[in-house]
Amino acid sequence: MRATVRPRSRRHTREHNGRMDHASIAAARALADPVRRRLYEYVAASGDEVSRGGAAEALGLQRTLAAHHLDRLVEAGLLEVALGKTSGREGPGSGRPAKLYRRAERELSLSLPPRDYELASRVLADALERCGAEEAVYASAREEGRRIGGEGGDRPLTELLEERGYEPESGDGRLLLRNCPFHSLARAFPPLACGLNVELLRGVLEARGEGNTRARMDPAPGRCCAVISKNNTD
Amino acid sequence: MTDSSPTHHLAQLNIARMRAPLDSPAMSGFVDRLDGINALAEGSPGFVWRLVDGDGDDATGLRPLGDDTIVNMSVWETVDSLWNFTYRSGHMEPLRLRRQWFEHMGEAHTVLWWIPAGTVPTLDEAWERLNLLRTDGPSAEAFTFRSPSSPPSPQN
Repeated sequence: MRATVRPRSRRHTREHNGRMDHASIAAARALADPVRRRLYEYVAASGDEVSRGGAAEALGLQRTLAAHHLDRLVEAGLLEVALGKTSGREGPGSGRPAKLYRRAERELSLSLPPRDYELASRVLADALERCGAEEAVYASAREEGRRIGGEGGDRPLTELLEERGYEPESGDGRLLLRNCPFHSLARAFPPLACGLNVELLRGVLEARGEGNTRARMDPAPGRCCAVISKNNTD
Repeated sequence: MTDSSPTHHLAQLNIARMRAPLDSPAMSGFVDRLDGINALAEGSPGFVWRLVDGDGDDATGLRPLGDDTIVNMSVWETVDSLWNFTYRSGHMEPLRLRRQWFEHMGEAHTVLWWIPAGTVPTLDEAWERLNLLRTDGPSAEAFTFRSPSSPPSPQN
């Protein structure tokens, strides 16, 4: 079993060290509740700060129930409360600042039996940089992308990307990828990991025969390095 | 100086050994991008200064380490500002393609260090920092993005 919950920011604290740590177990337990799971997914997908009222309305929950579960998710380390925000959005009352929630920046991962592929990937990345083997990494990534794209069959591209953890978001004829599945590796080895990522996506598009869609490197703070430009809509 | 003014800025040196002379066709992909990338750096948040040779727009005319090696040196307000320009801007694409133009170096080719705000580093000093990193590994005097060091405290 392997479950990973990723942050969207590039800043994070690693909780996973190859052992079953309490934080990860608490997080997994918190998500076992279906209401909490929906709330977590709603906040994560919003890509923004979410108020209690906003979350309750979106999911058709009572506000107090939503508030209760949102706070449980904060305790489990899956969400963070945005501090110091004052807003009139929370309706009438005391004039206290509204409590806003966003996805936590820290990264949690739980592997049973214990595995530490992250550590291995860092060592491998460092070794690849030492010998200047970036081009070989890109070639391998392209090949892996073709395999993923081929296995995806006729399913929509966005579904395939969603499944891989990219959290795609359409707009202006392009797909922005809100989450980087290689986040901590990309933080430590940007050219290597981002180059790998772009080639992987190019391989996926190639295998799908998406002739009028292309992946290119277009990094900006706070999102994945790759952008998929679409000339059509799918 | 107000309390919020930083007492130190981040200096950066990068050296790169070219696969071919700068004016050869093999290097045109790099040369064609150079002005755009320099303009991008100057427009980036936190940019303070970059090295240029006497009459040029960039530092490619300076060859303190030999004819085949170009250098670039710049000053930024913070590690994050340089990180964002280096890895989260249009600079990333040429960075990804760098092996087309530059040889792989078996040892460190980039070094970071703190300088008093308002001063400008010299190439001699920069070369010393790079050698320090190469011999002793990352330290407060010569570090890398992967092992960053905090700026010296204002009292120092």
